[in-house]
Amino acid sequence: MSKTETEEQRDAGDAPDGKDLGAAGAQLSTVPREEPIGGPSLSVIGWARWFWRQLTSMRVALILLFMLSLGAIPGSLIPQNSVDELKVQAYKDSHEFSTPVLEKLQFFDVYSSVWFSAIYILLFVSLIGCIVPRSWQFVGQLRGRPPGAPGRLTRLPAYTTWRTDTDPGQVREAALAMLKKRRFRAHTVGDAVAAEKGYLREAGNLLFHVALIVMLVSFAAGQLLKSEGGKLVVEGDGFSNTLTQYDDFKSGSLFSADELTPFTFKLDSFTGTYAKSGPERGTPRTYQADVTYSEGGGPDKKSVIEVNKPLVIDGTKVYLNGHGYAPVVTVRDGTGKVVFNGAAPLLPIDNNVTSTGAIKVMDGYRDKSGKKEQLGFQAFFVPTFGGAGKGDMFSQFPGLEFPVLALTGYHGSLGVDAGLPQNVYQLDTTKLTQFKDPKGQILKARLLPGEKLTFPNGAGSITFEKEVKEWATFQISRQPATGWALTGAIAAIAGLVGSLFIQRRRVWVRAVAGADGVTVVEMAGLGRSESAKLPEELADLALTLNSEAPTAPDPSDVPAEGAEK
Amino acid sequence: MTLAAATNENLAQFSNSLIYASMAVFTLAFFAHIAEWVFGSRSKVGRTAAALTGAGTAAAASAAPAVKVRQEGGGTAVLDKPKIVTRSAAGTRDVPDGPGAAGGTMKGDLYGRIAVSLTVLAFLIEASGVVTRAVAVQRAPWGNMYEFSTTFSTVAVGAYIGFLLARKNVRWIGLPLVTTVLLDLGVAVTWLYTKSDQLVPALHSYWLWIHVSTAIFCGAVFYLGAVGTLLYLFRDSYENKLARGGNPGPFARSVLERLPAAASLDKFSYRINAAVFPLWTFTIIAGAIWAGDAWGRYWGWDAKEVWSFITWVAYAAYLHARATAGWKGRKAAYIGLAAFACFLFNYYGVNIFVNSLHSYAGV
Repeated sequence: MSKTETEEQRDAGDAPDGKDLGAAGAQLSTVPREEPIGGPSLSVIGWARWFWRQLTSMRVALILLFMLSLGAIPGSLIPQNSVDELKVQAYKDSHEFSTPVLEKLQFFDVYSSVWFSAIYILLFVSLIGCIVPRSWQFVGQLRGRPPGAPGRLTRLPAYTTWRTDTDPGQVREAALAMLKKRRFRAHTVGDAVAAEKGYLREAGNLLFHVALIVMLVSFAAGQLLKSEGGKLVVEGDGFSNTLTQYDDFKSGSLFSADELTPFTFKLDSFTGTYAKSGPERGTPRTYQADVTYSEGGGPDKKSVIEVNKPLVIDGTKVYLNGHGYAPVVTVRDGTGKVVFNGAAPLLPIDNNVTSTGAIKVMDGYRDKSGKKEQLGFQAFFVPTFGGAGKGDMFSQFPGLEFPVLALTGYHGSLGVDAGLPQNVYQLDTTKLTQFKDPKGQILKARLLPGEKLTFPNGAGSITFEKEVKEWATFQISRQPATGWALTGAIAAIAGLVGSLFIQRRRVWVRAVAGADGVTVVEMAGLGRSESAKLPEELADLALTLNSEAPTAPDPSDVPAEGAEK
Repeated sequence: MTLAAATNENLAQFSNSLIYASMAVFTLAFFAHIAEWVFGSRSKVGRTAAALTGAGTAAAASAAPAVKVRQEGGGTAVLDKPKIVTRSAAGTRDVPDGPGAAGGTMKGDLYGRIAVSLTVLAFLIEASGVVTRAVAVQRAPWGNMYEFSTTFSTVAVGAYIGFLLARKNVRWIGLPLVTTVLLDLGVAVTWLYTKSDQLVPALHSYWLWIHVSTAIFCGAVFYLGAVGTLLYLFRDSYENKLARGGNPGPFARSVLERLPAAASLDKFSYRINAAVFPLWTFTIIAGAIWAGDAWGRYWGWDAKEVWSFITWVAYAAYLHARATAGWKGRKAAYIGLAAFACFLFNYYGVNIFVNSLHSYAGV
């Protein structure tokens, strides 16, 4: 046993928590008694019983709580697959030595790992094993009545007494009425009134623990049934909620595709504003996406999606979580025929939205000899150019103030026909030839809106149109049982408040006729936890009762002596 | 630059000056507290009180307070008001509280009062600094660590003054509190200072008011609880030593004998931690609701979320430990301190060292 000697002494002392008060002090709460759990007897049932008693003991619950918090730590220090797979990869690359060990220990998936799950499942089994019997006990207490007064009320933590000329029966009646009026559960047992109040403490305690289970189950259900995907939409384009439309998609193991809410939306416009001056120039101020959406083929509705304000369609939420630019370009072949015209979304690489990407012309293009070819362009875009001669092609400001598009072109095969999935923002240049100018230099140009880059030998041209569209990325997610989780959370707080702020206490009022015929009134209070309020409340009750059973005018008598009768 | 922006810049400057001014006044309060402790230690009364503490166990029963009862009106002609006799529960040593830092001396008490007055003044200055900052940036002043830190110490001192106003016995916390506030403000103005500015779009939400304010409040009040727990551990070993007939060193004796009894300190911290725990639960839930709106999931095991959860579990363990035989007392106190350490790490550690979604709120 880990008890120190002092604690043994304290526990053996004159504890007002039931040890020398008999039934009066018992069951003031349903906290399980901490008895030393002996070794198991050697049968299977003996072992099972021993294990169960261990698991549901407070001590083991405490140890499990420790393990839960310790177990959560590595997940906050090592990148997690569930949060950011790219970071996990980067971490693995830079820690080659420890990676196999960490993988074996599931440290990249801490919160779904076998050992973390084992801890919280054990904890919740322990919790259920604890609250089920406590609930029954509590129901029993609610159906029973407060226990009668102990023999010697003087031993209780708060005590008072006085002598009065009022008849003992009348005092008891007055006490009963007073206590009932103050919403004590009170009844008369023998020569004393027994009363108890604050049952909501236990109710709150049980509610809190049940609410935790509700939260866990809702969270687990949400994880299993959730779906979450991302989609980049250029202004003017739309999205319809089917699996094939997503750029990336993740879902829980019990999710099925026909659970996707049927809806479509179109990005009408995207607006970003930024601090224009001051030390924080360029810091984003507002992002706003104006959309038109339609639910399951219903009528079109307008809405605005902002960073903290997702669009909610039948439990599915559409979040705005990124944005960038898509310069509109036109590609013509040698004859002047338009083979590509459209907005090319480019991905930002810094906070000022310097963007890179690829523009791919898959088909329709023929070189001057009429041979089919594919074209690819590496594009570099800055919404606000620093100015010629100011060195590099990095944007100075995230807003669209001085857009410049830098391009180099390739012709040949993009490699898309091989059937392998390809990153749409990168060029695979293995089968491509770079356009060169007549001097043999790489053909590249910085274009202003409206400018054109002409390929050598009449191979055509690419024009940066006087239009730059914006795009936004949306996260579309659905997590069922969120309402249950929230209900559980609110119930947990309510239960917690009840169990921590309400005091459960008992009050006894004894009135007996003394030897000299004068009535001796004794009052005592007992709380589960030591509370300054208990003596105050008792004093208040005593004062009220005292006004109905006034102190007998006999100051020579010491009232406390009457208590020892 | 527009005129309005210029005004804000000036206001922000003014706010900084107020914070510096409050630091100056806190420093004076610090010295006044030191004087209080020094004068208190030399007192004869203090020594007498110590002697009483040593032999106090026997005399304790008589020290039970006669409970004052609020009397409504004067109509009830009570001749002899019933007196309530209280008995301590099991597990307490019945050691009376120490006389406080002033040690019962007039001079010590005078300096103590000066210290409290200066603390109140510094609090008012600091609070106006925080409010001015809020007006300057035209939003809740909780957008970065500088702003968190200044608000933290303001709330901690505010809570302390609140306890004083409620006539609770908390003056013993004055010196450690003022010391920490000076450290906190020093770190804030030296390393964490961030120019006044508006917020990134992800912080544009009324949940900022709810979630961040409760988080700051919880931290500030948990801090008071942690100081109580720490002093409890010192005072408890001092009392144990006395009970075993040991002889604590003169410095330890001088300081510890003036603190409240271990049982009172323990009760103080427990009440604080138990009262703040539901609010901390609420803070985490409010954060989850906000995360649901801002990031598309209410719980995603982000570093900040993980450490809030760890802090929560640690405080839950503390509350359970206090009700478990073999854990109550010193062990529970260690858990309480560990829980506050988790809170601190969640604030400094996660913001500075760990890559978290909350990092934009950082330095």
